Amino acid sequence: MKEILSGNEAIARGAFEAGVKVASAYPGTPSTEILENIVAYPGIDASWAPNEKVALEVGIGASFGGGRALVTMKHVGVNVAADPLFTLSYTGVNGGLVLVTADDPEMHSSQNEQDNRNYAKFAKVPMLEPADSRECKEFTRLAFELSERFDTPVMLRTTTRSSHGKSIVELSEPVTGLPEPKLVRNAAKLVMLPGNARVRHPFIEERTRRLAEYGDSAVINRLELRDPTVGVITSGVPYQYVREVLPNVSTLKLGMVHPLPATLIREFAAKVERLFVVEELDPFIEEQVKAMGLTVVGKEILPLCGELSPAIVRRAFAGIGIVGATHALLPPFIPIDLPGRPPNMCPGCPHRGVFFTLNQLKAYVTGDIGCYTLGFMPPLSAMDTCICMGASVGMAAGVAKVVSAEEQQKIVGVIGDSTFLHTGINGLMEMVYNQSPATLIILDNRITAMTGRQDNPASGFTLMDAPTHRIDLALLCSALGVKHVRTIDPFDLAETKSVISEEMNRPEPSVIITDKPCVLVKREGVFEKGVLLEVCEESCVGCRACLKIGCPAIEWLPTDGKKGKSHIDPLLCSGCAVCHQLCKFDAIGRVI
Amino acid sequence: MNSTVTNILLVGVGGQGILLASEILAETVMLAGYDVKKSEIHGMSQRGGSVVSHVRYGREVFSPTVPEGEGDILFGFELMESCRYLQLMKPGGKVIANDLKIQPPAVLSGQMAYPDNLPELIRSRFPDFLLVDGQQLATQAGNPRAANTVLLGAVSRLLDIPEEFWFKALERMVPAKALEVNRKAFLMGREL
Ligand SMILES: Cc1ncc(C[n+]2csc(CCOP(=O)(O)OP(=O)(O)O)c2C)c(N)n1
Repeated sequence: MKEILSGNEAIARGAFEAGVKVASAYPGTPSTEILENIVAYPGIDASWAPNEKVALEVGIGASFGGGRALVTMKHVGVNVAADPLFTLSYTGVNGGLVLVTADDPEMHSSQNEQDNRNYAKFAKVPMLEPADSRECKEFTRLAFELSERFDTPVMLRTTTRSSHGKSIVELSEPVTGLPEPKLVRNAAKLVMLPGNARVRHPFIEERTRRLAEYGDSAVINRLELRDPTVGVITSGVPYQYVREVLPNVSTLKLGMVHPLPATLIREFAAKVERLFVVEELDPFIEEQVKAMGLTVVGKEILPLCGELSPAIVRRAFAGIGIVGATHALLPPFIPIDLPGRPPNMCPGCPHRGVFFTLNQLKAYVTGDIGCYTLGFMPPLSAMDTCICMGASVGMAAGVAKVVSAEEQQKIVGVIGDSTFLHTGINGLMEMVYNQSPATLIILDNRITAMTGRQDNPASGFTLMDAPTHRIDLALLCSALGVKHVRTIDPFDLAETKSVISEEMNRPEPSVIITDKPCVLVKREGVFEKGVLLEVCEESCVGCRACLKIGCPAIEWLPTDGKKGKSHIDPLLCSGCAVCHQLCKFDAIGRVI
Repeated sequence: MNSTVTNILLVGVGGQGILLASEILAETVMLAGYDVKKSEIHGMSQRGGSVVSHVRYGREVFSPTVPEGEGDILFGFELMESCRYLQLMKPGGKVIANDLKIQPPAVLSGQMAYPDNLPELIRSRFPDFLLVDGQQLATQAGNPRAANTVLLGAVSRLLDIPEEFWFKALERMVPAKALEVNRKAFLMGREL
């Protein structure tokens, strides 16, 4: 049967067809939908882990227990999971283990655009890179076979375009006859003490050599001979761009980007007059081809930053006369300078009032990653740093170590519930252990909102939507030794302001937890709309105070020149009433 | 350039149902026997940001995104967003847009004005630009929320795909209880 699937849906399907027993992940764009889709297949234990390191460790356990395991994450998640990954490379697997890294060239929704092909080489594990949804499914199946055949974890690298792009996939039946999982002890292979690890390392080097040899004749490394004057080595989505704009050139399409098939590459190089590499981000293939002593052109004509596109590939090859310029190279038609449309916190978002208050209090905010990172945008403009998940806490402690006692009072770390449990909790241990004067605000909206509402250990539900224990964040902070843990209603601006400023002034570790849910949570009894608000036209003096919270439900209706009045869109208003508290003229009231 | 491929852009604001519309379109052309690829960015765009979905179909499709300057049809759910992506269109391409304005943050807060001459601007470059009052037609069909389907109907006239495949795709992608309204809305757009 044929279906149109996204790359993520196809990977879920491929894992099901491969007989996967366990799937573990921490959400992260563009990888999240793999686990969200895998729950539809029978016989798979699928779950969210608190972070990527734990997700990989769950996968490793399942593999050692003899089951096939899928672990998925976004590219930066691999940084978190890198510790187990590098030693898993030494132990190898029992049941096949596939680690999906979903990279994000162009940073459509990420804080950096690291090229995780480097991880494959660094950790010495093979990496497959699909170019469309069909390959996402096929390569996932193949990855499990290779994992067991070569006794290695296998990485599968997607990029935003292959993860979220959709194309036609032919479905197949799941494999049968896989061995039943059971406990098997094998200390020499699974206990990586120096003595055992020293024995494993030469095996790893030999494994890489054998994998390269496999790559020389593997069907996923495809030599397509067309015009012999130009040859392009490429892989993943860039292959599609090459075929799109250079339909006649010869290509060597690599399905396995690590280790590289050296013999096949030499064979290809010998058959074409000029050799090129078309790859996104780092010159990963190019440098290795150059190290083989071959003459090749890559990043001389293609960018190191951002994703490629048909236009970029066309421009690069037009620049050296290999393809004709077309109208695509003419200046594009942009009629006028349009106002931008950046993403915004939703109407009724519980984060809004907190950032409004932090701005008022002139706090120095060490921020973190989540919907609340939008607190950086005007008019809230209340975030001073953002590095990676969990960093807000340790950084608040660090900044406080160097500034004056007076400035220490300004330092506030801000973190979401999911992010706190991901890697923020270790930072809080630092704050308590070393008695930091900084303040931490945990924005507990009961969900991992940024990535599309996934449950987490503090939401009370699992990926399968089963009720489970809900971690009590206040109790957890107290147990760590924070003496001042306060819970606030972030819709109450007066309370929010007085509690935050009290805790900022306290020269000891303190934690403030907000307790209003995300407006997008659909589960019954979590988020409920309040009574809607409206602007009384007669009372509104047009002072614009209510516009300072940047709520999408409040619009400015200009009358003449600079004057105007506010208006609340009843379809968008969620009734949080934060705007009501900003109006000194009592012009905003509840709809009766 | 691969001239046997048709390039369609669906553009608008996060939350307008663009992904579903592009899914129906992709399903239709697959049912009609074509190869099809679709690409868009999820993530930040969900929070009221600008959204563009690329749908390409033909005998064999390579790039999942429409090459700059090769868009055949732009199908806009909101006026300003319709303008934003015109640069992807080829000269002489067809533009159909919903007559709807959704104010971006800078306009909401009174710092900028929503440009008022957008239909004329689009028409100056794309003379057979079609402006559709999707909401009103959908209300006539029985539900203002079926505006996207009206637009889909208007776009369907530009594509050489038999009607049966559109209906089959609607049947597969739209919940049963909304099917009748959506059929009606589709036909209203198709007859414009
Ligand atoms: C290591 C890593 N994993 C995953 C992500 C993707 N990601 C960004 S923010 C976020 C979680 C946000 O949830 P929460 O902290 O609860 O804040 P909310 O969005 O709900 O406000 C995730 C999973 C990331 N940026 N880095």
